[in-house]
Amino acid sequence: MCLAVPGKIIEITEVDEFSKSAKVSFGGAIKTIDTSFVPEAKVGDYIIAHVGFALSVIDEDEAKKTLKYLDEMFGLDSTEENPN
Amino acid sequence: MKYIDEYRDSSKAKNYFDAIHKIVKRNWSIMEICGGQTHSIVKYGIDELLPKNITLIHGPGCPVCVTPVEKIDKAIEIASAPEVIFCSFGDMLRVPGTHSDLLKVKANGNDVRIVYSPVDSVNIAKQNPDKQIVFFAVGFETTAPANAQAVYLAYKENINNFSVLVSHVLVPPAIKAILDAKKNRVQGLLAAGHVCAVMGYKEYESIARNYHLPIIVTGFEPLDILQGIYMCINQLENVTCNVENQYSRVVSREGNPNAQKIMNEVFETSDTKWRGIGNIKQSGLKLKDKYKKFDAELIFGVIDYTVEESTECISGIILQGIKKPMDCPAFGTICTPEHPLGATMVSSEGACSAYYLYKEKN
Ligand code: SF4
Repeated sequence: MCLAVPGKIIEITEVDEFSKSAKVSFGGAIKTIDTSFVPEAKVGDYIIAHVGFALSVIDEDEAKKTLKYLDEMFGLDSTEENPN
Repeated sequence: MKYIDEYRDSSKAKNYFDAIHKIVKRNWSIMEICGGQTHSIVKYGIDELLPKNITLIHGPGCPVCVTPVEKIDKAIEIASAPEVIFCSFGDMLRVPGTHSDLLKVKANGNDVRIVYSPVDSVNIAKQNPDKQIVFFAVGFETTAPANAQAVYLAYKENINNFSVLVSHVLVPPAIKAILDAKKNRVQGLLAAGHVCAVMGYKEYESIARNYHLPIIVTGFEPLDILQGIYMCINQLENVTCNVENQYSRVVSREGNPNAQKIMNEVFETSDTKWRGIGNIKQSGLKLKDKYKKFDAELIFGVIDYTVEESTECISGIILQGIKKPMDCPAFGTICTPEHPLGATMVSSEGACSAYYLYKEKN
């Protein structure tokens, strides 16, 4: 129920007094998402969406840190990027 | 998909399992609060690949599972009224009430609709001025801002045929209730990432201090959960009790101030009953007086309902981590996802359903 999924903003569609929304691509499926809670979100940003609302803009640097966490913990080489 | 696939990388997962095996020395019980995490853990078999001395306890973090039977009965009564279009998130439709469920009400010809966003139900109200539209506002802090926004829009646009049946619960009071329980065996917590996306994790700092346990704000993909477990075991072995943020790509310490603002505008805290657990002080949300005219319980006069819960279903003790689904005699026999006796078998995020779906096959 608290399922929330990452999607990429492809267009900011509407701004009025009470709500802001954007077209968001979830792996190619496009949905209109209310972005009133993340007014700073821009085209190209990834957001976490839940029941039609964006709750957070994904921080790309932090996202990379998570993937490198273990390598850094154990002093492994972290320069090698995952090709995927 | 970006931000999903890379967190399911199996070779990285293997490194985590190895790293956890390396650091763990004693026996530990960790609770993941959120049903979404329970689902991932069981689906990917994380619990089975961890060292035997780590026990994962599946917490009460599934709003579908903890919505009290009374609320389901109220929803059924309201949805059965001919003038009503009853709107709900899909996963509430099969939750059993005392005698029926919303899906049966729909099958009987009543207008019960599944909506993706609470705002959709406000739009349905605008399109159907001769009907009463009721939205089943269920959820944790993750969903509360969206539900609050729907009420706020209806208020601003002066929509008079819209109301909400509120069943909102809050995570920190439930955590405290679990930790206070005599039989508590939780030594570390994985906090629910999406709840924290809204609320931040400031509130957890005093819980970690007062109850002397590490709390890791954790995401939902396998690598997130493994990293959360690693961080938690690391703290347990080093006898520290800090709040750490594994899910930093989504969660900040302060959370989302805009979402919190609308929640606080529309809702206030209240004592609330949790299905299978009972009443927990100040653990839920209700509409503030300013928004009372949108309260479906008042409009439809469904206030004083009390229901005895089924004695067969032990989901209450499962939600507190005292027993596992397999310990229930009904599990997989008279209780299955097709014929659920309890809510933890209904929702895909409920522990019973996750065990049924993924453990049976092995
Ligand atoms: S298996 Fe069914 S009856 Fe048993 S605890 Fe789970 S939901 Fe309740």
